[in-house]
Amino acid sequence: MKGQATIDALLRDFDASKPRALARAISLSESGLGAPLISALYARAGRATTIGLTGPPGVGKSTLSAALVRKARTLGKKVGVISVDPSSPFTHGALLGDRIRLTEHFTDADVFIRSMASRGHLGGLAGATADAALLMDAFGFDVVLIETVGAGQSEVEIAELAQTTIVALQPGSGDSVQVLKAGIMEIADVFVVNKSDHPMANQLRREIRSMIEIAAYGAWVPELVATQALTGDGIDELWAAIERHAVYLNESGEIERRRREAFAHQVRHIAAGRIGDLVERALDADASIDGDPYAAAARVLRSLGIRE
Amino acid sequence: MRARPLRIIVAKAGLDGHDRGAKVIARALRDAGMEVIYTGLFQTPEQIVQTAIQEDADGIGLSILSGAHMTLFPLVVEQLKAQDAGDVVFFGGGTIPPEDVAELKRLGVREIFTPGAPLQEIVDFIERECGKHRELVG
Repeated sequence: MKGQATIDALLRDFDASKPRALARAISLSESGLGAPLISALYARAGRATTIGLTGPPGVGKSTLSAALVRKARTLGKKVGVISVDPSSPFTHGALLGDRIRLTEHFTDADVFIRSMASRGHLGGLAGATADAALLMDAFGFDVVLIETVGAGQSEVEIAELAQTTIVALQPGSGDSVQVLKAGIMEIADVFVVNKSDHPMANQLRREIRSMIEIAAYGAWVPELVATQALTGDGIDELWAAIERHAVYLNESGEIERRRREAFAHQVRHIAAGRIGDLVERALDADASIDGDPYAAAARVLRSLGIRE
Repeated sequence: MRARPLRIIVAKAGLDGHDRGAKVIARALRDAGMEVIYTGLFQTPEQIVQTAIQEDADGIGLSILSGAHMTLFPLVVEQLKAQDAGDVVFFGGGTIPPEDVAELKRLGVREIFTPGAPLQEIVDFIERECGKHRELVG
């Protein structure tokens, strides 16, 4: 455990806007030691716009991130970027390579980029991504851009965390039934067809367009933007769509509902994590494999004082 | 709770497009259970050090095969000191003559691995030195 003196020193450096303090604070959160920091800084957060960016591996998420950061910087906004890549299930190591696309922003003092390994967390984010976003928010970034791991069909946690979720898709990745499937296709506030110079880009746009037309949406109908992240084509349009969604969130009051949901999600995540640790410990102590797994689970829960 | 994995920056600097070695190292460190952040090619010393700060890295491994090692390594050392990040373990590798290795170590580079260095030796070095760094900063 970190001593109170260490935490106080870190908070002082955080107040003095030292990037190393933010970096260290994120590391502590990743280690499960972030609670006192978050408690101290929570009231300061809530001002940043959080944008989630998801999509399959290789669709161009990092290149889109770089283009969005560039756009935000031309508007004078300070940007924090969180980029999640998977950890090895075997060695727990990770190769975090999303920065390669963001090199032009490395020495911009108003851009802070953090790579996170998923460390076994499912859902497309790392366990501490929400904490990292909150810390960036409290540090004073206007925009926090969160890039998920290369998502499959069911990594949808980003929608719980971000105010606006962008789902990026690429041409030539399946037939018209793919876009009808449940999961990731349901969480988009804005769809992006990246690599729009690809010969099959128009086909994908038509398929998404017709999927949007037949789906039953509420007051916000997802927008569809075609981009070439590498050249910057379509990025102004994408930014405009993000801004329209922000206006919708604020005017409709949906932003409050999303905040409450994100809060509840985070509380569940923290509480479930603590219980998981306790179960893990009880299981280590209860080495017997007698009876069936349900009976054993009941025994473990009883030992924790939980009665079903 | 499992210990937090060591976080290591693998960097390529200057006009040097050969990153096969850097990728082999990155992969070996990943397989040793570390979180490796690869910067990509053509980085300046300032970019590398900023990356290490934002990523809260325990170490930086810089690969140089261009012959510019006597310029680039010292610039990274300088930048680390200037950014109050002298505690980050800075090491490197590449085609570097023995007399230059000695001089670079004198200037503050912790270790230089030259062609033929066994991967395990590099992993052991990082685990030992960056483990000490972890004890220092928590």
